[in-house]
Amino acid sequence: MSIHKRDDILSSEITDENIYLGRREFFCKAAKLGFIVPGLKFGTAEAAGFLNLFSPIKPSALPDDKLTSFQNITHYNNFYEFGTSKSDPAKYAGMLKTSPWEVKVEGLVRYPRTYSIDDLFKTYPQEDRIYRLRCVEAWSMVIPWRGFSLAHLLKKADPLGNARFVEFWTLHDPQQMPGQNIPVLEWPYREGLRLDEAMHPLTILATGLYGKSLPNQDGAPVRLVIPWKYGFKSIKSIVKIRLIDHMPRTSWELAAPNEYGFYSNVNPSVNHPRWSQATERRIGEWDLRKTLLFNGYANEVASLYTGMNLRKNF
Amino acid sequence: MNVKWIKFLVFLICLLPLLRLVLLGLFDGLGPNPVSHLIHSTGVWSLVLLLVTLSITPLRRLFEVSQILRLRRMFGQYAFFYGLLHFLIYAWFDQYFEWQGIWRDIMSRPFILVGFISLFFLVPMSVTSTNRWVRRLGVRWWRRIHWLIYPSAFLAVLHFWLEVKRDIREPLIYAILLGILFLYRIGYAFLCGRTKPLLNSNQDCAGVQR
Repeated sequence: MSIHKRDDILSSEITDENIYLGRREFFCKAAKLGFIVPGLKFGTAEAAGFLNLFSPIKPSALPDDKLTSFQNITHYNNFYEFGTSKSDPAKYAGMLKTSPWEVKVEGLVRYPRTYSIDDLFKTYPQEDRIYRLRCVEAWSMVIPWRGFSLAHLLKKADPLGNARFVEFWTLHDPQQMPGQNIPVLEWPYREGLRLDEAMHPLTILATGLYGKSLPNQDGAPVRLVIPWKYGFKSIKSIVKIRLIDHMPRTSWELAAPNEYGFYSNVNPSVNHPRWSQATERRIGEWDLRKTLLFNGYANEVASLYTGMNLRKNF
Repeated sequence: MNVKWIKFLVFLICLLPLLRLVLLGLFDGLGPNPVSHLIHSTGVWSLVLLLVTLSITPLRRLFEVSQILRLRRMFGQYAFFYGLLHFLIYAWFDQYFEWQGIWRDIMSRPFILVGFISLFFLVPMSVTSTNRWVRRLGVRWWRRIHWLIYPSAFLAVLHFWLEVKRDIREPLIYAILLGILFLYRIGYAFLCGRTKPLLNSNQDCAGVQR
């Protein structure tokens, strides 16, 4: 007796693609008519994954991954300067005045400089980069950023020989950022990178997304994006970039040193003390995905950490 | 109004949070992270209903409305219902009903363990929340079992507290409310004495007319 192996059957042989795609329409219609248990309704396109409950969990990076919608990227933000709820930034970030805006580059560099946003745009050509963003809270997005490699800016500043770390500061102005009146974190928000991490070509200063200028709630007018680290490392609304010779303290590390380390590289095998980092939920999807080491950018960045104990240096 | 009608009305009102979630789900209103929304919302409603259940006794004494005692078991059952939904949504969407994984999660994460124990304590109360069980157990044992609501509510608040990342203001509100409800009882026991009968002689401890 011959038994078909799963692989022998092309999916096209089983269900015609149009019917397969039409399924969703059927469910939506049925749900609206009340034929389907409401909890099982698949409102959005991604919801088809619902049916795959008992199939293997997909990895977080797949070639055909869809971009997270502009609506979701701009209405699900951790930006405590505008409140600790993820819907707060979209409501209150309008209070932030992003023009005029200055970014100071200072510290251990040969050419310190204060940029206006226009200077940044004029000096550094903008390019589009699609990156996965993995939040430390185990959700993720796929975001089409616009920006430029931080390395360009750092090279122009010309770090001195003893510069080993880069420190980033968010604007501190409780008038414009009401969340700073509440001492949930040490304000202003501070972040840091090792110089080689900051010089890595994947590390960008983002000034836009979806081809538009950055919405305030996403860190306007300029923010950092480090795709292989948890999202909180990608500091928003930057006013200062300082090169220093020692490892800086960062806001989250100061708040809970046992939970948020300086490196905070995405790592499925090093759990947050309170929850697992092995899986994540892509915003807009119902099912889980497997989190990948360095958020799937291991080929590009693993060499930065050769020989380092990633569990210790979390 | 007839007590039966009030009970029915309260029964429907307690279903509103669920109805709201169902409607939001149908019309794409659960936001960018629907699973997290569902888990959070059912958890909060469970906690709210636990606190409502615990405020029945103080309200009854302060305002001398003994009739509301007859709503207490329903509020308790709803607290369990929303707590169970909270757990099942987690078990489904975060764990795909893999019981080994759930067990590992419970044992390795204090905040999940705390939440699980809180829910676990509600199970015997929920099961014995019928007149038949009151009679079968006798008032004394029934009350002993239902004393579990105190540790359960405490653990539920602790669960919320341990879960939040940094901003503890919301769980703090629940902790304060629970603290008031606990203090009221301690104060009452202290001032009025433990032995003072809680009930009219013609009611059993669940407020059922004999």
